[in-house]
Amino acid sequence: MSNFFFETTGGRVILTFAEALALLVPLLIMVAYLTYAERKVLAAIQLRRGPNVVGPFGLLQPFADAIKMLMKETVIPSGSNRLLFLLAPMLTFGLAMVAWAVIPVNEGWAIADINVGILYLFAISSLGVYGVIIAGWASNSKYAFLGALRSAAQMVSYEVSMGFVIVSVLLCVGSLNLTDIVLAQQTIWFCIPLFPMFIVFFISTLAETNRSPFDLPEGESEIVAGFFVEYSSLSFGLFFLGEYANMILMSGLTTILFLGGWLAPFGVVPFTWIPGPIWFILKVCLCLFVFIWVRGTFPRYRYDQLMRLGWKVFLPLSLAWLVITAGALMLFGWLPHAPA
Amino acid sequence: MAFLDRTARSMLLGELVAGLVLTLRYFFTRKATINYPYEKGPISPRFKGEHALRRYPNGEERCIACKLCEAICPAQAITIEAEPRDDGSRRTTRYDIDMTKCIYCGLCEESCPVDAIVEGPNFEFATETREELMYDKAKLLSNGDRWEPELSRRLEMDAPYR
Amino acid sequence: MIATIAFYVFAVVLLVAAAMVVSSRNPVHSVLFLILAFFNAAGLFLIAGAEFLAMILMIVYVGAVAVLFLFVVMMLDVNFAELRSGFQRYLPIGATIGAVLFIELVLVVGGWSIGPLSEGARFAPTPANVHNTAALGRLIYTDYVFLFQAAGLVLLVAMIGAIVLTLRERKSSRHQIIRLQNSRTVAETLEMVPVSLGANINTLGIYRPKVTEPEEVLADESDSEALLGHHGGGSGGAGAHHAPEVR
Repeated sequence: MSNFFFETTGGRVILTFAEALALLVPLLIMVAYLTYAERKVLAAIQLRRGPNVVGPFGLLQPFADAIKMLMKETVIPSGSNRLLFLLAPMLTFGLAMVAWAVIPVNEGWAIADINVGILYLFAISSLGVYGVIIAGWASNSKYAFLGALRSAAQMVSYEVSMGFVIVSVLLCVGSLNLTDIVLAQQTIWFCIPLFPMFIVFFISTLAETNRSPFDLPEGESEIVAGFFVEYSSLSFGLFFLGEYANMILMSGLTTILFLGGWLAPFGVVPFTWIPGPIWFILKVCLCLFVFIWVRGTFPRYRYDQLMRLGWKVFLPLSLAWLVITAGALMLFGWLPHAPA
Repeated sequence: MAFLDRTARSMLLGELVAGLVLTLRYFFTRKATINYPYEKGPISPRFKGEHALRRYPNGEERCIACKLCEAICPAQAITIEAEPRDDGSRRTTRYDIDMTKCIYCGLCEESCPVDAIVEGPNFEFATETREELMYDKAKLLSNGDRWEPELSRRLEMDAPYR
Repeated sequence: MIATIAFYVFAVVLLVAAAMVVSSRNPVHSVLFLILAFFNAAGLFLIAGAEFLAMILMIVYVGAVAVLFLFVVMMLDVNFAELRSGFQRYLPIGATIGAVLFIELVLVVGGWSIGPLSEGARFAPTPANVHNTAALGRLIYTDYVFLFQAAGLVLLVAMIGAIVLTLRERKSSRHQIIRLQNSRTVAETLEMVPVSLGANINTLGIYRPKVTEPEEVLADESDSEALLGHHGGGSGGAGAHHAPEVR
């Protein structure tokens, strides 16, 4: 009965909606608690306690923050382009959510297990820059505009080396499908043979998500708050949620590409008892911790240093490693054969 | 050789890793902040907090309206008016401290010949309105009654150094 | 059914967006509509089963090229009054060129005939059991690899040309050379100076940051180390010894 229902068009649509909801609700809760975790971890690094008043251990803090944000007035600057001004945060948030459609949390748990999943993710992450640019331009404010320009140049620069890193992973897998990428790591996670690429990829994701030490688009000490100076209330909240959802997404991507996705660290008994999604979430949490840890450790880059790192260090490094990877795969005959 | 060494160090991100290790070590050390409203740090017996007017053990107020405190107050926060009481003793009819002017220098306390005006250990007297910070005699005396055990103990502890 | 609805939605939005690109007054809006058009074209590719092309369109055109377009258009301060000032004057020339192009297009399209080979190829776009992506890869990187490489070389030459044309070393700009800064050692910049007690600037003279050859640096290093050792070892005794002399 139920199986029959889910075969029909309407049933499939309902099923997809239910699946999306089942993914997005935990994701949004995770985003909320990521803000809490960030404050706690940063506090611990700085010998502080962090939020501990709202609820036990401050666990209700994210909800208090959300309520505070919603109660505020939405200010639309008089010289702004209203439509684009309101579109930008929606775009940022929407893209951060849409990308999750292809992330496999366990074998066969992706909502859409498409052939070109990794390209889809890469495309969505490269679209993220539009939210920032449109916000900066539509605000009609010089600080917002400077932030937008910085962000545009930064994201385009780091996408190049990120692309090469992804290509070198794909060479080892022989497929663009995310599930295949994870399954190819059953013998060894790619973070070990491709360790330099793992580091380059991780640093590039920091730049791609505008996180510290590459948070120049919102550099509050020089351009106030960058592209979202003019935003308030819910529209600011959407940017905020989008940024954190992007962090989780990038951590998920790192997990899938380099840390073996849902696979247990060793294929032996005590580790294989724990189900795949738990491993996936643990690895994502580890990546997120490193995100926050890095924020607590390093000062912000100067913009010319950022560009130098992207174009003069990462690009040659990733290109060279791509050639080395391809050469090694050819030399030892390890080239995977694509499932034809 | 030195060049190789430097290049290897910079490629292996030695300094970045050192920084990360340092912050991770601090991540696990004991927190320096105290959980303030529930935990408080120790304060010295000389701590200059909220003012109080003290009484003698028999309930008689100490202040003799000599106006030394009013004279010495650098912020001119103290206003005193005095009249002989029915029993002939000299007492204040008005003793006001504008807490918004006060700079908590403690000179009033130093100048007082009878230890009547003192600055107590209380530093949590924030108010919601400005008017509440214009302390009058009743408020100061009630402060004194409330903090008396603590105030006399502090004076006793500080006495050897005076 | 869903595919059909999606096709019409994508197609209609694509056409409207394309029309808006040329008709919109604000150049930034034009670029944004162009991006919308790219996006819908990618959707149409997806429906046609060319998922690789769709994603590449998104990554390359939407993610990189259009960002740079937007970047440039936002930076340009377009003056509309000035743009429209020559409209009347250039209208005849513009209309002539437009008409010529239109006639050429009509001729080309009118004389278009589909070859028998391509007619067959259209119905079998990819070999059976091969993904669209894999088929594309085989075509580009196996069958026509030399043409592909040649195209890549042409692009490389164009890129190097652009860099050569625009890159200039400004004599006045003081660039930071991070490599040199990182490789600086203490011995190159610091010098230990033996200072007897009571000696002042008149007896010592003013010390400048030194510019020395590497050999000298080594010599100085050993010197300063000796001094350090002397100082650290018996500072108290030496001070007590020298003090009366100076006074």
